[in-house]
Amino acid sequence: MDLSIEDLNNLHLDVLREIGNIGAGNAATALAGLINKRIDMNVPSVKILDFNDVSAVLGGEEIVVSGVYFEVDGDIEGNIMFLLDLRSAKVLTNILMGREDPSNELDEMDHSALQEIGNILSGAYISSLSSLTNLNIKISIPSLCIDMAGAIISVPAIQFGYMGDKVLLIETILQDGNDTVKGNFFLIPEAKSFKTLLNSLGVYT
Amino acid sequence: MQTITKVGMADMNIVQDPGVITTLGLGSCVGIILYDKAIKTAGLVHIMLPSSKHIKNNENKAKFADTGIQLLLDKMMERGCTRSRITAKIAGGSQMFSFQTNNEIMKIGERNVLATKEILQLLNIPIIAEDTGGNYGRTIEFYSNNGKLIIKTIGHGVHEI
Repeated sequence: MDLSIEDLNNLHLDVLREIGNIGAGNAATALAGLINKRIDMNVPSVKILDFNDVSAVLGGEEIVVSGVYFEVDGDIEGNIMFLLDLRSAKVLTNILMGREDPSNELDEMDHSALQEIGNILSGAYISSLSSLTNLNIKISIPSLCIDMAGAIISVPAIQFGYMGDKVLLIETILQDGNDTVKGNFFLIPEAKSFKTLLNSLGVYT
Repeated sequence: MQTITKVGMADMNIVQDPGVITTLGLGSCVGIILYDKAIKTAGLVHIMLPSSKHIKNNENKAKFADTGIQLLLDKMMERGCTRSRITAKIAGGSQMFSFQTNNEIMKIGERNVLATKEILQLLNIPIIAEDTGGNYGRTIEFYSNNGKLIIKTIGHGVHEI
């Protein structure tokens, strides 16, 4: 039988938290390499939330956020979404392009920079997941969307919606000196892949 | 005084004059408003998926177009609405991310809109206004006193249908 989010027990959650930890650690290292700065990362929290509590984590349904979305293919199928609030997005693109733009507007340059950041973070994330599980996992090219948090979150929420009424969120805080960048990963395996993922990590379901 | 009733994802509610009913940040989901003009009663359901069939975990009726619209209609009848007077306005069903592939899940917004229209037709409820599709999010507010639906977006303006 397919596993649903509601069926996850504490052991499963610990494993997913550990995956999040290692994946986000790799992502932070990749980002630090990209911008040539030290990046600190806190221990990510893995949250299982009701649909309507996800946007609250980001500050409300109408808060503008940037989302980078990928398809995951191979031994497991699903999607990955990397979400940044607008301020965090701007902090990152400013660092990446070595400039100081105090506005909260994202121009075309910011868009392609964000796409690239999302690409690198998710690539690092997936490659650590792949070596941890020995599974062959590929990701597609990224797609970027900047819009209301509620609307962007509806995409992973709908996919989780096939399995149940909860969403799995891996929250990470990246820090560069005083600039705090809060990023959220949504790992959205298809129902069957959830089982494959946990099995490959030795957590039999 | 106008009170604003908020409806979340996979949820529904009903208001009466002068109440306002809203759902924030609709993306690929569809917001369906049923309205009985004569008694100024409006219901809103925020559906996420087209069909409850072939889904194991389908107890949450408001999550699906097929069960959600029916349930909202039933609840409105309990509130004294007359079926023949009920009209619908719909909004949402966008495709937030664009991909080259033909992945079905990416077209979920479009499928949600199609399913919504099919079910409203089956129930014989006319759609008098719609704002669907595109690649952006929408916040919608329905005014039960005059039947107006206000649609707010980021970068695509505010308009009324």
